[in-house]
Amino acid sequence: MSNYVLILIIVAYLAFLFFLAYWAERKHSGKLVNNPYVYVLSLAVYCTAWTYYGSVGIASRSGISFLTIYLGPVIALPLWIVLMRKIIRISKQHKISSIADFISLRYGNNRPLGALVTLTCLLAIIPYIALQLKAVSETFALVSSENGYAATGILDDSTFYIALLIAVFVAFFGTRSTDASQGKRGIMATVALESVLKLFFFLVIGIFVVYFLFDGTSDIHQKASAMESFKQLSSFGGLENGFNWMFTILLSFFAIFLLPRQFHVAVVENHNVNHLKKAIWMFPLYLLLFNIFVIFIAWAGNLRLPETVNHDYYSLLLPLQTGNTTLALLVFMGGFSAVISMIVVSTLALSTMVSNNVIIPYGFIKKLVEGNPEENAKSIKGIRRIAILLLITVAYFFYVQFSTQLSLYSIGLISFVVIAQLAPSFFLGLFWRRGTAKAAKMGIGIGILIVVYTLLLPIIVNVVTPASDFLEEGLLGQSWLKPSQLFGLEYLTPESNAFLWSVSFNTLSFVGLSLWAKGNYRERNYAEMFVHHENYENLQEGAFVWKGEAYVADIRRLLNRFLGEQRTQRALSLFNKKYNISEKEEKADSRLINFSEKLLTGSIGSASAKILLASVSKEKPISLVEVLHILEESKETKANNRLLMEKSEELSQMATKLQSANEELRQQDRLKDEFLDTVAHELKTPITSIKAASEVLEDENMPIALRQQFLENIGKDTDRLAKLIHNILDLEKLSSNRTELNIQTRNINGTIKRAVNGIEQIATKKGIQVEFRESEYLGGRYDEDRILQVLTNLLSNSLKFTEGKNGKVKIVLEEKKKEIAIAVEDNGRGIPQEDHNYIFEKFYQSKNQNTKKPQGSGFGLAICKSIVESHNGTIWADRKFKKGARLVFTIPKAK
Amino acid sequence: MSKKILIVDDEPNIVMSLEYAFKKKDFQVFIARDGTEALEIARAELPHVILLDIMMPKMDGYETLKQIRKNEELKRTKVIFISAKSKPADVEKGLGLGADSYVTKPFSIKKVITDVEKMIA
Repeated sequence: MSNYVLILIIVAYLAFLFFLAYWAERKHSGKLVNNPYVYVLSLAVYCTAWTYYGSVGIASRSGISFLTIYLGPVIALPLWIVLMRKIIRISKQHKISSIADFISLRYGNNRPLGALVTLTCLLAIIPYIALQLKAVSETFALVSSENGYAATGILDDSTFYIALLIAVFVAFFGTRSTDASQGKRGIMATVALESVLKLFFFLVIGIFVVYFLFDGTSDIHQKASAMESFKQLSSFGGLENGFNWMFTILLSFFAIFLLPRQFHVAVVENHNVNHLKKAIWMFPLYLLLFNIFVIFIAWAGNLRLPETVNHDYYSLLLPLQTGNTTLALLVFMGGFSAVISMIVVSTLALSTMVSNNVIIPYGFIKKLVEGNPEENAKSIKGIRRIAILLLITVAYFFYVQFSTQLSLYSIGLISFVVIAQLAPSFFLGLFWRRGTAKAAKMGIGIGILIVVYTLLLPIIVNVVTPASDFLEEGLLGQSWLKPSQLFGLEYLTPESNAFLWSVSFNTLSFVGLSLWAKGNYRERNYAEMFVHHENYENLQEGAFVWKGEAYVADIRRLLNRFLGEQRTQRALSLFNKKYNISEKEEKADSRLINFSEKLLTGSIGSASAKILLASVSKEKPISLVEVLHILEESKETKANNRLLMEKSEELSQMATKLQSANEELRQQDRLKDEFLDTVAHELKTPITSIKAASEVLEDENMPIALRQQFLENIGKDTDRLAKLIHNILDLEKLSSNRTELNIQTRNINGTIKRAVNGIEQIATKKGIQVEFRESEYLGGRYDEDRILQVLTNLLSNSLKFTEGKNGKVKIVLEEKKKEIAIAVEDNGRGIPQEDHNYIFEKFYQSKNQNTKKPQGSGFGLAICKSIVESHNGTIWADRKFKKGARLVFTIPKAK
Repeated sequence: MSKKILIVDDEPNIVMSLEYAFKKKDFQVFIARDGTEALEIARAELPHVILLDIMMPKMDGYETLKQIRKNEELKRTKVIFISAKSKPADVEKGLGLGADSYVTKPFSIKKVITDVEKMIA
């Protein structure tokens, strides 16, 4: 295939990506991009040209150790999900737009630390981008017909143009909004598509090799096992190899968090924390699919291709060898996709870091403060675009200068080792409040120095003065300072060696220095907010400790510069509404400072935002005690709120109780009223009778006998009146517990006999037989006069409702466990069924307002009930008794 | 022809005085001890006036009045409540049900007789 056709295809492909990005950006609904599948596919930006080509190369030379780079993420994924949840929450809370922002903010928004992290990332990623360019360039050469064509100058080199095109793509779509914490929908859509393409084409070549060049996997295995190097290629190796495995797995574990492009896709581009749930199985599945054919392609290449070719490109060379150019082109496009997505996301992330953490805070801040919003937005975009172009150019030159000597795999590992230097301050910072900015800087610095000495220096020395003996004999001839075998550890690979020592010293100095000197209030403040982020999610602005003086007008002017007047106005009125602050408030408090800082962080990074706000406010130092106090307070406020909630819950329960108690009282009150009504009615009846009689008695012509009758009636009604009054008073006394009971132990038989004696005369007169069979001594504890009253009352009722002749009244004693039951039975007319519930009720008439109770059961039974109950007994009418009435009451038995 | 009066009350002593007084005034007096009895007598005798107590066994005065007013022949019969229930609400209720007058206990027999005579004059 000719050079030009291939370039044409590449340009067409890029044009398609432009179109896709543009289209996705225009789709405002965002459904297409804001879903868990796109999220997981964008995570697959992890698989670069290194994966696409490099794995095969490693597998062909050193067997299955290529897997380590993928095992790390797979093993770590459950942990990754948990940590990511926290990292994403913190990042969204603080509008973090890069890993440099994250780390510098954690250590008190430390500007130099942000710059150092950015430089570390540059050091790690520029060679990595160079590696991608190298892959493009070399595969381009392989696929185009001019095999072995070597560029003689930059302008001849197609790679240069490809790099330029990519730069334009990123510059265009990566800088559309000045707020870097906003997602880049267009770019993420293309990254997801590229992840699909690269996997698909890789699977295509895998199937081609296994099922078309060979007869399935077992065929390759059989043929490969006949080769002499096979055993070494399919085993894990000894202990030393084990260490190398472990280190590489750890390395890739760190990388999945710390690589700027991974941080970007996983954190900044995350729109919904729940998308992580899909990632837990989809991402490992993706990696598994990607690795399934690697070993077979490697074996096939070892079997079919000469030893002299570049093993990394077996997947291209195998179809080319069989003349299948179309397939080779597809493989090339797959690799190209991997390259583009990696370069795009990496430069996007790096350019944000470079502009927000280095260029703006260290040079442009003054200019920005003076500019107007449109100019500022333009300048910020301009700075980012220049950064993007610069990054790709530098990477290109790095590629031209160094990459000819290095394989894809080794450059990849070097960049992992460099980026791993961020691990101690990143991971420990999430959980350990003590870490300080100084310690983080020291740790990263020392780590980088060791990596430079053990990994980079040898490479540079090799390029510059290949004959130097320093690499073989160590610095100043000291063998323990030999770069690739520091401290005499001989069995590690150079990368593992560098990783072990750099990260160890890095961690040690970070922890040591953090313990040795405490951080300032800012560092402690942010440490608290990161480590216990869940405590501050609800009081974001409130959690920030700041003491000083600032004016809202100044802050408004500052925000205007970067957000424009409209957005500023909107943001501030939202803020005021949220915290119930008057629009006229002149002085700014810590919440507004923090809110504004966050607003600006999206545009210019946290470091610059801090500088800007410091320029319009006078911050006063704040003591440790004050910081802790304020943080405690905000926690206490939450606790207090919870307490208050509980209290109010209790109160409302109490209110309900009070309400029902009140209702009961009102009910009682109404009953009382009705009682009084009844009493009045009862009293009025004899009075009416007396008055009426006395009126008719005025008639002088009334016959004597009748006159006598009327006079008698008056007498009876007067007695009735007196008795009523006595009963009412008695009942009142009993029911208000004002009567003192004279409780003694007595034989109940004696009391009953006395009661019977009392009514015997009336009974005999009516011809009613009263029967009582005495039992043996049965002691009860009661007030004898009162119980006598009860018995008399019951007996009189029975006599009243029982006709003579066959009339019979019977008293039955029953001894129970703790009490004595006394029943008074008669064979009279009995108690109507509907009255059973009411006969003891002094308020009976309230239930049936206008119909009178059976005569005679006025207050008598109500009094009986009160007396029995004041003895802790009960009284009831036996419903089952059909022959007449049977009333039963109990009194306590003597012990 | 002498006028018929029906006295309904469960208090025999009160009834006795009323009976004596109205007989003296040449009324033909009928007596009932509760609502049901009152209805029976009223239907049979069609009295000119009914003195009606409210709180009685079996059927109360309100219900009795309702039943009386249902009867076509008793529609114009004068009914006077005689009750110890003396709250304004009770009086209102009684008159609302269609009683012609409401006398509270204790009452003056002379006044009751004057009222009754005025009513049927």
